[in-house]
Amino acid sequence: MPETTFLDSTELVLNMGPQHPSTHGVLRVILKLDGEKVMGTECVIGYLHRGVEKIAENRTYQQFAPYVDRMDYVAAVSNGLGYCLAVEKLLNIEAPPRAQVTRVILTELNRIASHLLWLGTHALDIGAITPVFYCFREREEVLKIFENYCGARLTTHAFRIGGLQYELYDGFEQEVKAFCDMFLPKVDEYEELLTNNRIWVARLKGVGILNGDECKEFGVTGPVLRAAGVKWDLRKAQPYCGYEQYDFDIPTGENGDTYDRYMVRMEEMRQSVRIIRQAVEKIPEGPIGKTPKVIKPPTGEVYVSIEAPKGELGYFIVSDNSTQPYRIRVRPPSFVNLQALDRMVRGGLVADVVAIIGTLDIVLGEVDR
Amino acid sequence: MADEHNAEGSTPPPASGGSPEPPKEAPKPPAAKPAAPAHAAPKPPAPMAATPWEGELPNQIKERFGDQVSACSTYLGQSFIVARSDAVVPLLEFLKLEADFDYLVDITAVDYPSRPERFELFYILYSFTRNERIRVKISIPDGAQPQSAVSVHTGANWLEREVFDMFGIQFAGHPDMRRILLPEEWQGFPLRKEVSILHQDNRWVQENLGIESGQ
Repeated sequence: MPETTFLDSTELVLNMGPQHPSTHGVLRVILKLDGEKVMGTECVIGYLHRGVEKIAENRTYQQFAPYVDRMDYVAAVSNGLGYCLAVEKLLNIEAPPRAQVTRVILTELNRIASHLLWLGTHALDIGAITPVFYCFREREEVLKIFENYCGARLTTHAFRIGGLQYELYDGFEQEVKAFCDMFLPKVDEYEELLTNNRIWVARLKGVGILNGDECKEFGVTGPVLRAAGVKWDLRKAQPYCGYEQYDFDIPTGENGDTYDRYMVRMEEMRQSVRIIRQAVEKIPEGPIGKTPKVIKPPTGEVYVSIEAPKGELGYFIVSDNSTQPYRIRVRPPSFVNLQALDRMVRGGLVADVVAIIGTLDIVLGEVDR
Repeated sequence: MADEHNAEGSTPPPASGGSPEPPKEAPKPPAAKPAAPAHAAPKPPAPMAATPWEGELPNQIKERFGDQVSACSTYLGQSFIVARSDAVVPLLEFLKLEADFDYLVDITAVDYPSRPERFELFYILYSFTRNERIRVKISIPDGAQPQSAVSVHTGANWLEREVFDMFGIQFAGHPDMRRILLPEEWQGFPLRKEVSILHQDNRWVQENLGIESGQ
């Protein structure tokens, strides 16, 4: 397998994970090494497989909604949004404006929470201990808003098919605004810690390059694609939930390396704040939507996808005109993005593997489903 | 003492037998299974109300592929192409090279056990330049081996492995046709409709985890 090198050493197979902390869950990577150099990898996944798609076929549409939160559990709101939108599409209904704006606010808050978790753990993998405490401190504020809104912090089940379950609580707007005001300077603070830090730059620049064409080849989406210079975000390309009303930019990188992916995600947090600030100013009055008592969509199939923090999250639902979905397929961004790992780490060092897994921002609950 | 003896005598002896069994427990229905399959629809539901898909691209496809493409339709604003199973890889290649559908979003399958061609395979495609999403749909019988799309889209690798893992559909020409989420020695394919949610591979669970099935 390895080409002969000047040391003419034999290949070493190293098992990384599934309990390795830097694999962010239960990912097992089998590394084929030549000294420190990675000659090839094989991912072993499925340790967290719970058969979500099979469960869906045995639940009604409403009953399945909480299950989707357990896939990407650090961005449960996005999962719920994608599912609700898919079923609404199948029913050919739309949530009322008040529900839509609320959905945007909570989803963007969740994007910030997801990126904060990524930043903290990614920096920890690289060796910077401090950011994780800062990130969790700010993430806590987001989770408090979720808790005040729906009683749950992680698996929120915040939305219902057709709208929302709960009316906004008193002081929601103030809390969200206060969070935005507090949070923006903190992003600068993280950047001060990391962006020009010599070790950070040395570990990230030029590591794990994946260019735009390779991203398309593998179907890689989200910040990884944007860092490769492809200006593509589903919120702009095919707006849902009224995203076309908000003014925001799509940050992109140039080199498609780990450093660019870091910069893209940092900027995305700022853009999320921008969206939240616009949305919270114009939460319309009106109904929050009502879940139909019986959901029995006509026979048909739809594919609906959203821009989740990790990339394109899609739901393909086949209905047979009964109260239970005939088939639900989840198109998980983490699963598809992880496939590009082998391409990214080849020729790099073992230490880079840790950096690259971190920068892919995978959640194993979603990879394995 | 006497009271105690009386009391003991009056109560029926617990284990010595002789007393008739309580009548409630005796007539147990032999098999009171509620066993209603999840999808026991009495009558087949109405088919999908799809409308023909008009435009330049469907005309191009029909012209190029002739009777290999049986329909170009739209449902709820989402376009899809129904093709013959052997035409799928040339079709994907055509769509990628000549119509810019260069992003393979997903490959998945749906099981219809009552049909002679029991599996429907879906290829979801997206074009960055057109900002358009389409689906390609083929039907295959059990045991058929559709051509792998890895030669056209590298990303099809894991997606096809997952379809194999869940449905048991082998893809011909796939570089690495193994299970991906389930353990290698797992028996059965969980997303086939005859597999119940309650009965997983009990043998595997007992042997490897040392517990009874998780249910």
